Formats: sequence, C-alpha cells, structure tokens
Amino acid sequence: MTAPALELDCRGLLCPLPIIELGRHLTDVSVGELLAVVTTDAAARHDVPAWCRMRGQEYVGEDTAADGAPRFVVRRLS
Amino acid sequence: MLAALDQGYADPRRLHGPGRNARLILDNARAAVAEALGVRADEVTFTSSGTDAVHRGLLGLHRARARVGDAIVHTAVEHSSVLHAAAWVPGEHRSVPVDAVGRVRVEDVVAAAGVGPTAVVAVQSANHEVGTTQPVAEVAARLDGTPLFVDACASAGRTPLPEGWSAAAASAHKWGGPAGVGVLLVRKGARWISPFPRDDRVDERASGFENVPAALAAAAALQAVVAERAETGARQARLVERVRAAVTAIPDTDVVGDPVDRLPHLVTFSFLYVDGEALVHALDRRGFGVASGSACTASTLEPSHVLAAMGALTHGNLRLSLTRDATDADVEAFLAVLPAAVSEIRADVGL
Repeated sequence: MTAPALELDCRGLLCPLPIIELGRHLTDVSVGELLAVVTTDAAARHDVPAWCRMRGQEYVGEDTAADGAPRFVVRRLS
Repeated sequence: MLAALDQGYADPRRLHGPGRNARLILDNARAAVAEALGVRADEVTFTSSGTDAVHRGLLGLHRARARVGDAIVHTAVEHSSVLHAAAWVPGEHRSVPVDAVGRVRVEDVVAAAGVGPTAVVAVQSANHEVGTTQPVAEVAARLDGTPLFVDACASAGRTPLPEGWSAAAASAHKWGGPAGVGVLLVRKGARWISPFPRDDRVDERASGFENVPAALAAAAALQAVVAERAETGARQARLVERVRAAVTAIPDTDVVGDPVDRLPHLVTFSFLYVDGEALVHALDRRGFGVASGSACTASTLEPSHVLAAMGALTHGNLRLSLTRDATDADVEAFLAVLPAAVSEIRADVGL
C-alpha cells in the first residue's frame, strides 16, 4: 500500500470519534490521495467501510501501524 | 390473573387440591399457547425466559445428535443467546454470512450444513435488531434430516411461526406478556435430550417449578396479540414505513434492514457522526425510550454483531420498537424531535 498522505492518530478514542476525525480531515488530502485512521476502537473495522459507502469514498483496506495498532485506509474520491 | 395468583400458587406436580388447581391452570395455559402458535399442546414447555428456551431448544437437539456430529451451523445474525449456547458446547461452529439487509441465502445455509457432520442448524424467524425475516421454511425443506432450531423470540405472536423446525423458542415479554416466561417448542417426534441436569417434572423438558400464574398471563397476552395481529401488524407496518421515509430524509443516515420482508413493529437506523448513547439519552429526555446497538451502549463495548455482519454503520444506531398501541400521533411526535436531536449532537462535534 502506498503511504497515505495523512494518517490520523485516533488511538484510545472510542466510537464514533475516529469516524468523526475521518469526516473532519477528509478534505485535508487531495482527491485521489489516501487518508488513514489508526485506532484500537472495535467499531472502526465496520464503521470505516460503512462511512466510505455512505460518503462515496473508497475503502482501501486494513493494515497495521508500526506499533501494531489497526490502521484503516481510505481514498478520497470526491 | 388475580384468580390465577389465588388458585395457581401450588406446585402443579403435587396431588393435593391446590396442586391439582395449579396443574389445571398450567395445562390451560399450555393449551392456549399451543392454539395461538398453531402447535400441539404436548409440544409446549414453559421455561424461565426466552433465553432459557433458546438454550434448551438448541442444545437439546444438539445433544440428541451426538452420534452424528457436534457441529452447529447458525446465521451470523442470531441472537446472542444462540451464539453463547453454541459456544458453550464443544464442536465446530459455522457462521453463515448475511447480505446487506441482514438475510441469509438458503444455498449458503445448506452448503454450510453440508461441509461435514452437522448436529443442528439454527436460523432465526426474524432478526431481533433489524426486523428482517429469514427464509426458515426454505432452509428446512433443503436440510435433509438435519434438525433445525428456530429462535422465534422476535416474531412469535406478531407473525405466524415458520414451518420446518424441530425445536423453536419464544419469549412472553416480547409479545407483551410478563418477563420470566419463555416457551420451548419441540416438534412431536423430534429427537431432543435435555442438555442440562434432568428434573422430575410433569414436563420432562422443564426444570423446576413453573411460574404458573405468569404462564397463564403469558398465554392470555399471546391470545390477545394473535387475535388482533392482522390489524396491529398492518398499522405498525404503515407507521414503520412512515418512520423509514422520514429518517431517510435526515442526511447521512443508514436505514437498516429489509424495507418489505420484515417484522411489522421494528425499525433500525444509524446516524453518521452521532454518539448512540448521547442520542438515546437525548430522546429519553424528550420522553422516548429507544434501544441502540452501538458499542458505546453495550456492556461489552463491542458494536452489535448484527449490524457488523450486515456492513451497516454501527455507531449512532437507534432501534425503534413500536408498542401495540403506538399511534400516528406518537410517531409524528417522535419524528418531530428526532432531526433536531441528531443535528444538535452533530453540531457539538462540528459536523
């Protein structure tokens, strides 16, 4: 996976805060660029793809940050 | 009901006068429940809850199939009582995924049951969180002898029981009866062995002294609900239709579950960027009691496994369950406060 243009550190934040951060910072990256959210919140695994579906963005997938925390990557489409 | 408290206090297993009275009341309750559900009286057992009925139903079929195999096939969206019961016994568990409205495909269930020796298949009648009905009879017709357990707690009384089960479970409080009464149904001729220590009751599938007055109250409530369900169900379905349309108009909302093939009284939706717990409290302050499947409202801090399996948004989730006397005015009052409650919470986070 190419390095995201922006990575949001949402470790320790509970749902829906990681998704709120995603919504706030989407426009910080250009269309076509990747935005990642790093979070240990259990809901994010379901809610990042759901957010992409509802907001018309692309869910790229899940990998892990350097410390092993789950990282969810989206591509800004609009 | 008061007469039942007076007359039905004794142990129905005893031969003295009060015991015989209690036995008579319990048998009347059993007969009434059987008639209302369209089953035989000797297929009905009163349990201490719907959860207890689920445990006994699923695990009793499982135990009776020990010589065939110990695998349990279930949908990914079964009630947690089914999942916990399955996890309690050794054996493989095969979870069958659901589509975006929360429904399993018949082919997927049949394929999962065909992977290896299977003790029992569990398919709910309808989903307890999102209302989507499941193709129970179609699955049953294709199982070729593997017993089917149906958790009918969400639908019993409101809609007819589906065909094809070997055992099924229902819960009195879900149809407006008292808490503490569940109904276990075991089909005549189905192989069922108690998964728990035996008890020497009148009914071999029960444990302990039945709550006779509550069983009678449950039966009376069920009869009333079944008698008026055509009218109640039609009214509730129309109100749910109205709620779905109004909620869809709120931006960034995921309305969840099948819009047509569903329970009449249940509607579920999720609002993006909204804290489910905050929304439940905001609506409670305005006089509306609603449920949520969001992680922040759960004791486990895990999101609803049903919403997750559907790919639905799990945060900001609300589950609205209409009471049987809910009116157009009640629903309009709810819809009048909901958009502002949502937008206030969103405004707090700047979205």
